[in-house]
Amino acid sequence: MTTAFTASPLFERVERSRRRKPRVRDEFITLAHGGGGKAMHELIEGLFLDYFNNPLLAPLEDQAVFDLAGDGRPSRLAFTTDSYVITPLFFPGGDIGRLAVSGTVNDLAMSGARPLYLSAGFIIEEGFPVADLRRILESMRAAAVEAGVQIVTGDTKVVQRGCADKLFINTAGIGIIEHDARISAANARIGDKIILSGMMGDHGATILLARGELGLETEIQSDAAPLWSLVQAMLGVTTEIHALRDPTRGGVAATLNEIARSSEVCLQLDEQALPVREEVKGACEILGLDPLYIANEGLLVAVVGAEVAEELVARMREHPLGRAARIIGAARAEPPGIVVLNTTFGGTRIVDLLVGEQLPRIC
Amino acid sequence: MKFIDEYRQGGLARRLAEQIARLTDRPLKLMEVCGGHTHTIFKYGIEDLLPPNIEMIHGPGCPVCVIPIGRTDDAISLARRPGMIFTTFGDAMRVPASKTSLLDAKAAGADVRMVYSPLDALKLAKKNPAQQVVFFALGFETTSPSTALTILQAAKEGVENFSVFCNHIMIVPALKALLDSPDLKLDGFVGPGHVSTVIGTRCYEFVSRDYGRPLVVSGFEPLDVLQSVYQIAKQVVEGRAEVENQYARMVSRDGNRRALEALSEVFEPRDYFEWRGLGSIAHSGIRLRKKYAAFDAELKFGVPGLRVADPKACQCGEILKGVKKPWECKVFGTACTPETPIGSCMVSSEGACAAYYNFGRLSKVAERAAAQSGAPRS
Repeated sequence: MTTAFTASPLFERVERSRRRKPRVRDEFITLAHGGGGKAMHELIEGLFLDYFNNPLLAPLEDQAVFDLAGDGRPSRLAFTTDSYVITPLFFPGGDIGRLAVSGTVNDLAMSGARPLYLSAGFIIEEGFPVADLRRILESMRAAAVEAGVQIVTGDTKVVQRGCADKLFINTAGIGIIEHDARISAANARIGDKIILSGMMGDHGATILLARGELGLETEIQSDAAPLWSLVQAMLGVTTEIHALRDPTRGGVAATLNEIARSSEVCLQLDEQALPVREEVKGACEILGLDPLYIANEGLLVAVVGAEVAEELVARMREHPLGRAARIIGAARAEPPGIVVLNTTFGGTRIVDLLVGEQLPRIC
Repeated sequence: MKFIDEYRQGGLARRLAEQIARLTDRPLKLMEVCGGHTHTIFKYGIEDLLPPNIEMIHGPGCPVCVIPIGRTDDAISLARRPGMIFTTFGDAMRVPASKTSLLDAKAAGADVRMVYSPLDALKLAKKNPAQQVVFFALGFETTSPSTALTILQAAKEGVENFSVFCNHIMIVPALKALLDSPDLKLDGFVGPGHVSTVIGTRCYEFVSRDYGRPLVVSGFEPLDVLQSVYQIAKQVVEGRAEVENQYARMVSRDGNRRALEALSEVFEPRDYFEWRGLGSIAHSGIRLRKKYAAFDAELKFGVPGLRVADPKACQCGEILKGVKKPWECKVFGTACTPETPIGSCMVSSEGACAAYYNFGRLSKVAERAAAQSGAPRS
């Protein structure tokens, strides 16, 4: 029956329309535009890139890598920024401060850069308790020490009640690349192995449950952590790390889709190998969510040369942030730009980008 | 996970699939009525396992897919009222109405909030006594009992700022309408699971008695669905048409008496209710009884209540009836995609079109690869 479908020229049309340059058709920004799915890609590629396009921005990596001396080595720098808006501000395993430091550190580390300096900008709503601010600053300090970075510049704005939700933090970071590995979402090659450093979905599930709307209680904690030391350990094994990303918004699924698309390879996952904690699995079952699409803040995906994969995994497992590291799949040629999952059940399905945020299903 | 993984074992699935293949090579068109089953079929790749003679038709049991445009317009108009907190299940947020969706209305300033249950909406009402809180009640007998219980609770507590925009529908009249449709060619049904925990299996007996089609009420795990397909195929081969209950661990013949009592206490059937793509179906929708009129958002606020025809290009109706395949629709995959859905079958991940949109792409590649390597298509 699928033959009737796929034999028709319609399928080619579908593929063509999928490859069209994204446009923003909406009149208003909706939450979907921030969800890490297709709508967000439309916003970035169809709007921001139109106005700001340049060779450093165009690859849409999590950071820009540029050369200060202009000779390619040894002084390549990585530069990135990220804003943090999270409810609740404090959650099991972390808070907005820990997130603001580790998120930006991770965006640097995913280019293989050693994070050096961060900036921190605070937008604070009138009436915000100073005691809470103290707690958050202390947690930023601790995370910075953990990551080996210094917060060297900053900015503070206080806005009227109602003009911000308690506290927003922006951090920017600079890091230095001191090795030859050319890490990019566009560099995954056919035959490469896909490594995941730990359990999927801990952060997103923690936040969802910490909002307290569901009346579910678990022991799960956010995985928020700066990952540079893990990346450093990996680079100590090999420079055959081709693509490296931290699967935050949109989860492992969104990250792998970005790599598959940029590298024009198919990433094939083995469902059986996907590590998910029982509690996270349970919460997802109840809510009709898929752990593949849930955000993580202390997890990385690496696409690496097949010959070094086992050794890398072994080294990662010696590191506290990589204890559950494992190979979850491989890159193959066909179909390019697509992520495919071999289900535990013996079937296959495409793991596509979601349109917006993952919405719980009603039946 | 305990009590779940047992129903997802690949080895057992393959053996079951082999047994299905051994039963018959007759072409069989089977409809899974419920969107939850469609979801399972695609999530686990069950069609990859089934022999090629068995074709699954994805039926109208995705409540988000069958809500008509006019009713969604009404929901948006309610949501836009000043001082209104409009609450909805998550997956109804993106359903396209005439011009916008609830998600767009929210972006434009309406206070639309996602809830996981009508009781959450009632809680919101108690917390915000100065505002009106409306719950967008959607779905089959899976969700309607919780709406009924919430209304009973609101009545008991005298919560005056809470009401329900009721769009609940019933599966049995829809099934009957499908069976009466002259262009329908189906050999059997995978019957709803969750719905049947409430309504039981007795109410499906007309399917086998009057229409001579087997129906197997099925659970939602992949092995459940495969086993149900096996049972249907077996009935066909043996020339039987019966209602069987594969989901006996949850479903009884008479259903859940307390849920049914709550339903009939609060709701009464409407003469007609419109389904997207399927048109008006007699006695397929329910509304609040007079006794609970104070909680009926339609009476309390008045809604435009305009009937809006489905977009001309959209063939959701034929697709829901299994007459057409998603890819035979003129706008499938080009004008109508999961990003810019025209028809509701493309909105929810349970919608037949959205599911095929990805699935078809995969199959095409598999075929191409097989053709290149000269290997037979599995």
